[in-house]
Amino acid sequence: MSHYEAPIREPIILGDKTYHDISNDIAAPIEGKANTWWWVVFSIASFALLWGIGAIAYTIGTGIGVWGLNNKINWAWDITNFVWWVGIGHAGTLISAVLLLFRQKWRMGINRSAEAMTIFAVIQAAIFPVIHMGRVWNAYWVMPIPNQFGSLWTNFNSPLLWDVFAISTYLSVSLVFWYTGLLPDFAMIRDRATKPFQKKIYSLLSFGWSGTAKDWQRFEEVSLVLAGLATPLVLSVHTIVSFDFATSVIPGWHSTIYPPYFVAGAVFSGFAMVQTLLIIMRKVSNLEDYITRLHIENMNKVILLTGGIVMVAYLSEFFVGWYSGSSYEDFTYLSVGAATGPYWWAFWILIFCNGIFPQLLWFKKLRTNFTVSFIMAILINIGMWFERFDIIVINLSRGHLPSTWAQFSPTFVDIGIYIGTIGFFFVLFLLYARTFPVVAQAEVKSILKASGDGYKRARNNK
Amino acid sequence: MYTFSSKLKTFSLVLIILGALGMGYGFFTAPKTTDDVKEMLHHADEAHETDTHEATAQISAEEEQSHLEHALHQAQNRPWTAFFIPAFFFLMIAVLVLVFYAIQWAAQAGWSIVLFRVMEAITAYILPGSILLFIFILASGMHFNHMYAWMADGTFDPTSENYDAIIDGKSWWLNTSGWMIRGFIYLFAYNIFRWILRKNSIALDTSNDISIYKKNFNFAIIFIVIFAIFELFMSFDWLMSLDPHWYSQLYSFYVFSSMIVSGITVIAMVTIYLKHKGFIPFVNDSHIHDLAKYMFGFSIFWAYFFFDQFMLQWYANIPEETAYFMPRLLGSYQPIFIGMIVINFVFPFLILMDSDFKRTPWFVLTAGMLILIGHYMDIFQLISPATVGNHWSFGIPEIASLAFFLGLFIFVVFTALTKAPLHAKGNPFMKESEIYHY
Repeated sequence: MSHYEAPIREPIILGDKTYHDISNDIAAPIEGKANTWWWVVFSIASFALLWGIGAIAYTIGTGIGVWGLNNKINWAWDITNFVWWVGIGHAGTLISAVLLLFRQKWRMGINRSAEAMTIFAVIQAAIFPVIHMGRVWNAYWVMPIPNQFGSLWTNFNSPLLWDVFAISTYLSVSLVFWYTGLLPDFAMIRDRATKPFQKKIYSLLSFGWSGTAKDWQRFEEVSLVLAGLATPLVLSVHTIVSFDFATSVIPGWHSTIYPPYFVAGAVFSGFAMVQTLLIIMRKVSNLEDYITRLHIENMNKVILLTGGIVMVAYLSEFFVGWYSGSSYEDFTYLSVGAATGPYWWAFWILIFCNGIFPQLLWFKKLRTNFTVSFIMAILINIGMWFERFDIIVINLSRGHLPSTWAQFSPTFVDIGIYIGTIGFFFVLFLLYARTFPVVAQAEVKSILKASGDGYKRARNNK
Repeated sequence: MYTFSSKLKTFSLVLIILGALGMGYGFFTAPKTTDDVKEMLHHADEAHETDTHEATAQISAEEEQSHLEHALHQAQNRPWTAFFIPAFFFLMIAVLVLVFYAIQWAAQAGWSIVLFRVMEAITAYILPGSILLFIFILASGMHFNHMYAWMADGTFDPTSENYDAIIDGKSWWLNTSGWMIRGFIYLFAYNIFRWILRKNSIALDTSNDISIYKKNFNFAIIFIVIFAIFELFMSFDWLMSLDPHWYSQLYSFYVFSSMIVSGITVIAMVTIYLKHKGFIPFVNDSHIHDLAKYMFGFSIFWAYFFFDQFMLQWYANIPEETAYFMPRLLGSYQPIFIGMIVINFVFPFLILMDSDFKRTPWFVLTAGMLILIGHYMDIFQLISPATVGNHWSFGIPEIASLAFFLGLFIFVVFTALTKAPLHAKGNPFMKESEIYHY
């Protein structure tokens, strides 16, 4: 009875799989050799990374004057990219913690990769504030350490400092959560490994996991506690990031909806990135039976939901800006002035990519189509990048004094660093896809009898 | 089938009758002229020994007259405010239960099917609740009260001394006829969707036709989308416009969080009551546990929104915005304001933290009572400072209105429970819900 599931639910694991089949399928990318495509993509990503390193080195050597910033628009691409990457990092924790609390079984096919993506994205995010400091060797000054270590005492009233704590907490908890889930899977790889060196590495990585009942009991307890800790973190990280803008971009201007709206937008963009990565990975790593059409459709539904919340927030923002009767609101982010001003194109890219195109996902035909989902995911990633760009640059370009109005245009260094982080992200993700069990096989096995296609058919035909 | 116990029925009817009498008393004793108010204020001054009397003695007669008129309006608002708060509170509980119910359909949830009839019965209150609230809307729009300051004569007339340029700038949205039409549309939509979802759910009992299930699935999604937009403007119209100069983008989300936690709490309390009476043996501890988790989670959710809105306005420290928090945080509403934060966040957080407590009915009931009281206080402090002002009290009109609406709510909900079997057997996820164990 415990494996019962309503017949109208679609299977989550396709094909007549046994437990052993699952082990084989998931270990295959690690045990086999990389194909040509992997090398091609890896080379491109490495090249982008090198370019990024060059741009960062040039920035540090010369100073951040090499960026396109000016007196008025004193942060633009760096903070946009920072928030974009942090936002992408949101889906992992949502999938691993929030969907765990909601007992969504389909998360088990995708949670490992989503969590990996989270960690890699947060690493990219962390690069930007650090290099924006100019003297990166003094980066530790953001920590509240006593003055005799050469630092200035930190300003606790600043949301930028809260960010330091929020992001580092998020990164540590995500990392621990991800790693805990990996233990039984590393052990599986270790037990199958034939080469002594590989066996040595994976036995170190698996922390001597023995698979006894006691191991599993501790494992379950730790997972639950970490899920409980991670859930508020999903909210806190982007809440703090939203405070960066809600309290500081333009003195006297703020919007109280920012915290939940940023969180929803982050999950929205994070799912779009998971979608981008997994639609490719399921093909390249032969995981079509584990990351199925249903997974893609469900992720599209989450995208629709979070995108809908973002749209309601836009509506509230736009309406209240108008309702407030404050003439200044006519120029800020999400106003008539923004839609028709010099940054009209950025405004409309945002509206189309985040608001209008995703509405196509209401049609089942489109949201179950891999190509459409992939294109949609890319568009949302672009739209969410422009959302942060608009918030920062449109607002800063129209300060309270018209004499301070200015425009921003990026230099090749701005663009180079951004492309470098995308390259770095893909380098990390591709290395991960070759060395880590990319689907949480221990968890997937636990739902095989309830949601496996073969078992479901056998039960329904009885 | 459920039978409405005569004890509970009598109790609810007594509440309705006593409440109606008390409300009548409140309207009857409200001051009619400025002289009444003068006397009332005089008494209040003597009782409180405040320095307002001295201050008023120095101002001109004309100013005093306008001050007295303002005080008169506030005093006349008191019975209307007492009516509006529970009318809104209980209606929103029913509407948000409908939203929660629609979410269960849309998410294809498997755990909650055994609770469907309880949720449907609670939403039965939407119809009478809407009618009563619409009476309030009509009365406000037709100037029977002074609840909405922007509806006052001359607000939009540049030649009048009541002219308010800021509000006049919002006249494209804040105008009485548009406001009343919008109010009707919101209420109409809630009632239509309640009727459709309930009808299809009952139809599933006798037929195994999967198309009925699919129809309800689609309607549930449409309702959620429509509600998301309507709730935004409804909160602005009915509550935020009470303070017509003040605005907050987060406001509707805040109202939503306050009311959905109350709605889920009511589901849990009615479920525990029915289970205790033995009418729903198919509901087990795991279902109660899950409801309690939602109570816990949404309490934190509410606190999160409260903090966001408050913190950002406090941090910005702009007079136009902080004026809203003056009577609440520092003025005469301080006990309510601080009290509700403790009751709505600290208590549920501590009481419902432990998973064993979430499975213990009396713990859930205790937390539920606190949550309902706390969120009633929340709605009270959202409305009263703008309508009644600083001289608020919780006397006969307030208690009577609460009793009236509580009695009506109990009567309607438990009558609705008798109308259909409590086991929604046709739902394709029913078996998942019955064997649900966590």
